[in-house]
Amino acid sequence: MAHAPEPDPASGDLGDERPKWDNKAQYLLSCIGFAVGLGNIWRFPYLCQTYGGGAFLVPYVIALVFEGIPLFHVELAIGQRLRKGSIGVWTAISPYLSGLGLGCVTLSFLVSLYYNTILAWVLWYFLNSFQHPLPWSSCPLDLNRTGFVEECQGSSAVSYFWYRQTLNITADINDSGSIQWQLLICLAACWAVVYMCIIRGIETTGKAIYFTASFPYLVLTIFLIRGLTLPGATKGLIYLFTPNMQILQNPRVWLDAATQIFFSLSLAFGGHIAFSSYNSPRNNCRKDAVAIALVNSMTSLYASVAVFSILGFKATNSYEHCLDRNVLILINEFDFPEHSISRDDYPAVLMHLTATQPRRVAQLPLKACHLEDFLDKSASGPGLAFIVFTEAVLHMPGAPGWAVLFFGMLFTLGLSSMFGNMEAIITPLLDKGVLPRRVPKEALTGLVCLVCFLSATCFMLQSGNYWLEIFDNFVAPLNLLIFAFLEVVGVVYVYGMKRFCDDIAWMTGRQPGPYWRLTWRVVSPLLLLTIFVAYVTLLARKPLSYRAWNPQYDCGPHSSPNVSGKVSPDKTPRAGAVPLAPGETLPGLGARCLRAAVPASCAVGPNGRAGPAAHPVEADVEGQERRPDTDRR
Amino acid sequence: MLRLLFFLVTAIHAELCQPGAENAFKVRLSIRTALGDKAYAWDTNEEYLFKAMVAFSMRKVPNREATEISHVLLCNVTQRVSFWFVVTDSSKNHTLPAVEVQSAIRMNRNRINNAFSLNDQTLEFLKIPSTLAPPTDPSVPIWIIIFGVIFCIVIVAITLLILSGIRQRRRKNKEPSEVDDAEDKCENMITIENGIPCDPLDTKGGHINDAFMTEDERLTPL
Repeated sequence: MAHAPEPDPASGDLGDERPKWDNKAQYLLSCIGFAVGLGNIWRFPYLCQTYGGGAFLVPYVIALVFEGIPLFHVELAIGQRLRKGSIGVWTAISPYLSGLGLGCVTLSFLVSLYYNTILAWVLWYFLNSFQHPLPWSSCPLDLNRTGFVEECQGSSAVSYFWYRQTLNITADINDSGSIQWQLLICLAACWAVVYMCIIRGIETTGKAIYFTASFPYLVLTIFLIRGLTLPGATKGLIYLFTPNMQILQNPRVWLDAATQIFFSLSLAFGGHIAFSSYNSPRNNCRKDAVAIALVNSMTSLYASVAVFSILGFKATNSYEHCLDRNVLILINEFDFPEHSISRDDYPAVLMHLTATQPRRVAQLPLKACHLEDFLDKSASGPGLAFIVFTEAVLHMPGAPGWAVLFFGMLFTLGLSSMFGNMEAIITPLLDKGVLPRRVPKEALTGLVCLVCFLSATCFMLQSGNYWLEIFDNFVAPLNLLIFAFLEVVGVVYVYGMKRFCDDIAWMTGRQPGPYWRLTWRVVSPLLLLTIFVAYVTLLARKPLSYRAWNPQYDCGPHSSPNVSGKVSPDKTPRAGAVPLAPGETLPGLGARCLRAAVPASCAVGPNGRAGPAAHPVEADVEGQERRPDTDRR
Repeated sequence: MLRLLFFLVTAIHAELCQPGAENAFKVRLSIRTALGDKAYAWDTNEEYLFKAMVAFSMRKVPNREATEISHVLLCNVTQRVSFWFVVTDSSKNHTLPAVEVQSAIRMNRNRINNAFSLNDQTLEFLKIPSTLAPPTDPSVPIWIIIFGVIFCIVIVAITLLILSGIRQRRRKNKEPSEVDDAEDKCENMITIENGIPCDPLDTKGGHINDAFMTEDERLTPL
């Protein structure tokens, strides 16, 4: 015999009846769109590659089963049962937990600020992709038109376009600089698009989600097919998926897998609660939770195959260019006829020449070319999208078309996640009735979007990227972990496991089995607590810092190449900068450049020249900490 | 005697044109890279053309209009194809200053390139940087045009949505509001029987008649 549910407080239903999804597909697509975000493209493949390829799937699946799916089910069930946004839900469970709802709304607000900033960057790149040649394919000319701009020559055309022509970044976070108007209007356009899609709540979101949730899959498939047909793709895939089981002994792997699942599903934002609150009460949320979580993980895998086939192509391309460059140097120096040394002959010829004319060969700026070095040069976060992938796209025939597709995909991915963020803010506000009933919903959404846009203008300053990184690293992750822990504990111990299970039985027709009860009661809270403690410990170990781009920074003699050893795969002394985007690690390249920064004599001084350290450039050589939250979603 | 003179002249010439000599420039051609199958072989005729082009460039410099082809000396031609050249003055004892040669070549770089069907990258004058052509910038950057289009579409869509929302609301308000009140009253009456609200009845010992709950109602179909 099923017990009737608690009476729904009628006043919470927005006066009239609560809006409903037009059909189940809209609801599923909205949740999938919210869960599948930029992190699936630019975080998961990087983790897979760093943590021993196929072996990473083991901790990932374990985390999914014991942490991701149970927590997800809790959110969907509680939202569907209590039919309110996050503030209403937690206040209904216990007045002492109302702060949790408020915290979720505030966090969603802060995250949406910088998440849309990233979308503004994506939009900027999208708009600039409609030209041939692409603007990041070559450096701009210097003043007397005899060469290229020095900052660009020292780094690379794509880095220059990102750091100088897009962000116009300053060397220090204290130096705010001016507002970049081109990014400001892109941000305005992004908020206008978001407003257009959420203007009437799920009525408009439900229609927009058909496109924004399915377009990325279409583009991913196109990229997959194109990527697999490019030369060198298989090398990238083999490199990615070769399992290295030894790595499972490193506890960082398990921590990163658990964190990745947690952030990837966008838990504890209140967005899923908001979405499921618009469901009909008797919806099988258990099936939904499992399905959406599995779709999210499958998408990550699918995307990593596409991404790594492209990166494998890029690595092969760079490797062949490296070899060709060396061959050309030899031919020019020793005046051999053109095309007389093929790529395969090069090692033998080099050996012969080193033996016969060592002094001449030693003077040459030859570089050691190893395919593994180029394959290692992966990146995560914005660095993958705006530096690595843009460079890969340059080498593909029909580059502008691929760039348009890629940035269009990123934009729609981020947009569907923004819907969830905004619903997490707007639904609780609507439920609480902050504006009088007479005021139409359009006005509330417009007001929220306007406030968000005005607040986000701080990220449009020249130092905005640094602020975004700090926001991303320190605002979201810890809070989310605390909220998720309180959510699970609040539902299981405050609301009551028995009451919760009965509610689920009423909604889905079946009591939750022992797997659910065990994970809710013991496993998930423990896991969350462990992750939280590990996170705080790791944060506390290192001094707080951020990575800066300083155009006058000179890495000094430490990065000069020599023929015999393994060498910095890029040019010699970098008149350019510390070549790292936030969230980007280039183990081969960045590490060597940064190691020189650690001794005080080589750190960057206040005037930007090498001198006594005043603003130490972070020497985050391992680069595993401080992974931005948006990376993962 | 004549042979001795000839050797003397070539010896002097050889001194003027040497790798690394004063006012000498190295030239490097990458013909096969540029032309692939249509590459021509580098022979003395091509060298003659090159000397002619250099002489032509020098003639355009004021005060040097008397430069002849024989004033241009080539040496050290390798298989690469690369060689050194100098331009001598009319006495053939001194070489012209490098600055003059450099500016002359830079002025006429396009003509020289075209004579050999090459470009700045495949016909290299080491130590003479070429003036790079600036990229052709359209008067209005393309991204602004596309931005304008997208932004206008979005603004129009937002306006339409707001207007249709206002219209919907006006239509709803125009309907007699008594109908709404009556519906509310009916709902209230249904849930309150004999002054007792129905909902808590269940928890006070009421039973749900399972006969009225069909299997279909349990789960919402997908």
